[in-house]
Amino acid sequence: MTKRVLMKGNEVIAEAAVRAGCRHYFGYPITPQTEIMHYMARRMPEVSGTILQAESEVAAINMVYGAAAAGARVMTTSSSPGISLKQEGFSYIAGAELPAVVVNIVRTGPGLGGILPAQGDYFQATKGGGHGDYRNIVLAPASIQELYELTVEAFNLADKYRNLVMILGDGTLGQMMEPVAFRDEESIETVAKDWAVSGRQGRKEHNEITSIYINPDIMEALNNKLQAKYREIEKNEVRVEVLQCEDAEIVITAFGIASRICRNVIRQARAEGIKVGMIRPITLWPFPSKTISAVASIESVSSFLTVELNAGQMVEDVRLAVNGSKPVEFYGRMGGNLPSQKEILEKIRTMAGK
Amino acid sequence: MEKVFSRTEGLLDKPMHYCPGCTHGIIHRLIAEAMCELDILEETIGVSPVGCTYNNYEYFACDMVQASHGRAPAVGTGIKRVHPERMVFTYQGDGDLAAIGTAEIVHAAARGEKISTFFVNNAIYGMTSGQMAPTTLIGQKTTTSPFGRDPQVQGYPINVSEMIATLEGAVYVERVSVSSFKDIKNAAKAIRKAFRVQQAGLGFSMVEILSTCPTNWGIDPVGAIEWLEENMKKKYPLGVFRGKDLEV
Ligand SMILES: Cc1ncc(C[n+]2csc(CCOP(=O)(O)OP(=O)(O)O)c2C)c(N)n1
Ligand code: SF4
Repeated sequence: MTKRVLMKGNEVIAEAAVRAGCRHYFGYPITPQTEIMHYMARRMPEVSGTILQAESEVAAINMVYGAAAAGARVMTTSSSPGISLKQEGFSYIAGAELPAVVVNIVRTGPGLGGILPAQGDYFQATKGGGHGDYRNIVLAPASIQELYELTVEAFNLADKYRNLVMILGDGTLGQMMEPVAFRDEESIETVAKDWAVSGRQGRKEHNEITSIYINPDIMEALNNKLQAKYREIEKNEVRVEVLQCEDAEIVITAFGIASRICRNVIRQARAEGIKVGMIRPITLWPFPSKTISAVASIESVSSFLTVELNAGQMVEDVRLAVNGSKPVEFYGRMGGNLPSQKEILEKIRTMAGK
Repeated sequence: MEKVFSRTEGLLDKPMHYCPGCTHGIIHRLIAEAMCELDILEETIGVSPVGCTYNNYEYFACDMVQASHGRAPAVGTGIKRVHPERMVFTYQGDGDLAAIGTAEIVHAAARGEKISTFFVNNAIYGMTSGQMAPTTLIGQKTTTSPFGRDPQVQGYPINVSEMIATLEGAVYVERVSVSSFKDIKNAAKAIRKAFRVQQAGLGFSMVEILSTCPTNWGIDPVGAIEWLEENMKKKYPLGVFRGKDLEV
């Protein structure tokens, strides 16, 4: 490990992408993530890479589609309203099975909303957003170091599965500074992309990248192939942090910045004699349902509390995993307000009957 | 027997699905022949649009990518930026390029993106059964302008080539037709020139090609050619709008 440097989350995403071998970046400015683009504008020329300010998010995601089809490691980044515009592109990327990395530094909504942090795009990120039966891998870092690790990982996963990988952050994570330790060299898992369009160059057959299949049997076969891939991802790629659940009475589930706040609440609650643990999904899809259901079966666990920066989105997946065996309560704030440790602790005291 | 004519190697040996009398097929052949003549078939990546030609990736023998509706210039940009040494073209209809994809074509041209666009103007939406296009003529009847296009209600047609030619990054813009033998020969020349402009790295090139849609115009193939000659050529005059003196 090299020495630790203090960096802003958004800049770490850009630096990590370059280190992971990303040489093509297409974006359109939107707060609170534009520093990624600023950083890229200076960094990409150093590695002879491409940074292009597109005319819209729609254009940017379609440039990603083209670059991915051409076999490159490629990324676009945006925030909520811009991510909404990219959804048709996500669906095409899924249909054509192209590897691509997308970052959503979430802001508040609906509508133009505000530039403050939120987690209101959980449904959109994990359940689709675009049309058709498809899944994006969704990674939810909770620290700047993890933002670095997961950005590198995103490129490896995208190539491995020919799938879109989304990093779901929020305004806090993008804007805050924390020390980060970069490796001297990244382990880039290169895969042969013999399907990519690069000009035939002596290849006997031409390559085609497409997502349209008029014949229902061929279209169904593609869907079955995609579903088989998604099951494989669910089997191999779940990432989750489990914290002090062995003896817990109340188990918090939270991701990203919400989990950072809850981490401190665990300590305070335990100091008061309320045994609290936490499950932090790192992959939002595939969702760590098995881990949650296993923790739900621990005898000491009496209830769950999901904390989010929204009106209650991930809590639906937690409830599905717990499957009625224990009560699941929810606490959330919206509009860019963060839940305070005090508020969460108060909720826990009530749940514990104290 | 001596073979005096054979299919161009630029097209795969597959029957095309276009309606009888549709000139999309002629345009395909001209592009394919141009790639062979310039010996760039193995260097080229084409981008298919959404429209009647959505699956022309099955016909062209070069590498091909299918794009979402209107976004072919953005997709082409992504490809070209990854493979700057290769040739990239987009094939787009008037709904694809001049309605939903207006932003993408304007900005690809403005950036001087080193790609070539073949813009097929048939004054109608073919694929979705004959709705009004941005290029539909005043008075022309379509399924969404059943009483004829009325400028007070549906506005005016867009002269895309003239508009694109105002952009500095668009170094070669020409409008051609495939409605006569002479026009076809001229269209072939323009398509070759567009590729050569790209090869020379000069900037964005576009050839607008006036084309027929007998099916949705409700005219037989021969009548459709006449209708193009009499009506479309008036509104959309043939000629070079940018790069007349360009030697490539
Ligand atoms: C986002 C989106 N909107 C609408 C459509 C439906 N659609 C398919 S083709 C087409 C019109 C194509 O017309 P044109 O570009 O003129 O090409 P032509 O069929 O005449 O060759 C439309 C509206 C679509 N596929 N995607
Ligand atoms: S509908 Fe029109 S444009 Fe489409 S194939 Fe038929 S004639 Fe050609």
